[in-house]
Amino acid sequence: MINTYSQSTRHSAYLFLTPALTAIGVFFFLPVLAALLMSFTDFDIYSLGDIKNARFIAFRNYSQLLQDPLFWKALKNTSYFVIIGVPLSIATSLGTAVLLNSKLVKLKSLLRLAYFIPVITTLVAVAVVWRYIYHPRFGLMNYLLELIGINAIDWLGDPHWSMPALIILAVWKNFGYNMIIFIAGLQNIPLELYEAARIDGASRWQQFRTITLPMLAPTTLFITIITVIGYFQFFAEPYVMTRGGPLNSTLSIVLYMYREGFHSWKMGYSAAIAFILFFIVFLITLLQLRLQKARVV
Amino acid sequence: MPSKIAIHIVLIIIALLTLAPFLWMVGASFMATGEAGTYPPHFIPRSPTLDHYSGLFTGLQLGRYLLNSIIVSLSITGISLLVNSMAGYAFAKFSFPGRNRLFRLLISTMIIPGQVTMMPLFLMLNRLGLVNTYWGIIIPGMASIFGIFLFRQYVMSIPDSLIEAARIDGASDWRIYCTIILPLCKPILVTLAIFTFMGAWNDFLWPLIIMTRDSMYTLPVALANLMGEHTQDTEMMMAGAVLTILPVLVVFLALQKYYIKGIMLGSVKE
Repeated sequence: MINTYSQSTRHSAYLFLTPALTAIGVFFFLPVLAALLMSFTDFDIYSLGDIKNARFIAFRNYSQLLQDPLFWKALKNTSYFVIIGVPLSIATSLGTAVLLNSKLVKLKSLLRLAYFIPVITTLVAVAVVWRYIYHPRFGLMNYLLELIGINAIDWLGDPHWSMPALIILAVWKNFGYNMIIFIAGLQNIPLELYEAARIDGASRWQQFRTITLPMLAPTTLFITIITVIGYFQFFAEPYVMTRGGPLNSTLSIVLYMYREGFHSWKMGYSAAIAFILFFIVFLITLLQLRLQKARVV
Repeated sequence: MPSKIAIHIVLIIIALLTLAPFLWMVGASFMATGEAGTYPPHFIPRSPTLDHYSGLFTGLQLGRYLLNSIIVSLSITGISLLVNSMAGYAFAKFSFPGRNRLFRLLISTMIIPGQVTMMPLFLMLNRLGLVNTYWGIIIPGMASIFGIFLFRQYVMSIPDSLIEAARIDGASDWRIYCTIILPLCKPILVTLAIFTFMGAWNDFLWPLIIMTRDSMYTLPVALANLMGEHTQDTEMMMAGAVLTILPVLVVFLALQKYYIKGIMLGSVKE
């Protein structure tokens, strides 16, 4: 560490910090506080012209949200997306990571690259592509299903299938990311553990359950947290592919927030939705960290 | 060995399923109008044409959207690298009162979803007259806590002796930053540059909010908007998707080693 608390180094430190802290303070912290205040007002289109039209209404936005059937619908849809999508995505990531990590596999880097390409591509663009892939008549998805004898599904038009359609897209788009993290985790497991287990006569599956899974627990926890947080914020898929339909079956929390805030201009209400999203993400992170601690102790 | 063959078959099937949407997208973008909407779906255009690509540029000002995306993404990348690396250096190599508490505060706020800020941020930038300007997208992307974190970790690994030697030679802190810190940070600079560029290029919600005028749309916003009006023009939409994806794909393929390293750096945080 350079010197300690000398006048000049302190000055330089502040100079180096100023641009970042100003930007974060003014364009992140300040809006967060403002959003919190806004969520206690009836800020709407009239307040856009003159902020004096916004009135303090305490928790009314929040109590109104709790009685808003569309909000519950959005919360339910988002939870569906998270509860089904996250385990599916993590299982796919782990499965491909384990297979790819096998010593038998040739052309590892090429395969890894193929799995990874959806991760880096623009979500809006792939959502556009998948809209056609899900086309009931000429879409690739139904064609593949018909090849194995399954009847055509109206993926985006049937409220029962719209959410599974978005989940499949999300898993396809994201599994490569967590796969990379899992591969690194797998490579950190000492090979001697497997050798010892093999000498004891453990099967492949037993080795996976008693060595691989426990050794990957910290990695899995990390992946679960970032995936859950990411999935709770899903927006572009329903915006591009279904506009939240059919029958609001794909309306997500962020899509509802966007509509209320920037279409209906009910910004106080919209801010309240954003804070509920924050609260949920916060609780889940806390819960998962607690679970981890409980397991370690 | 049978299991060896089985693993390869499974992995190759997954790879084909993963790539199929892209292959179809590229194929369809070169098909004649209406061909992508025929059954059964196919990947190879019967008589390839560039009509949809040229149509996007002449009829739908795609060039303008491309330019908007490039300007915004490059500006965010350049500015945020400078700002974040300076802050990361300060957190790593200077001691000042409250340093650790400030850093911990920043890290703990990473859990706040960006959507929370959007309503007030829009009003603020609207008041400043920055709606429908490049600054409207650039300003909220100027600094990132994650970027500061990565730089701090990296700079901490640079030995103090290097910096002290330069100081004895009379170099100022700014000079040390420019001539010692930044050159040694090249790997992390490249990694963060790719992450930031691709993140900015692929971003959707904020550009959708702040760019309300057609001529200011970024590519993803323009594409989502076209989707509403041109749903029937499958081949043209695919050409638009190809053009949106191509720049990030090229950047990724050229620098994938750095990108993968970045994921690993990100996943060891906390």
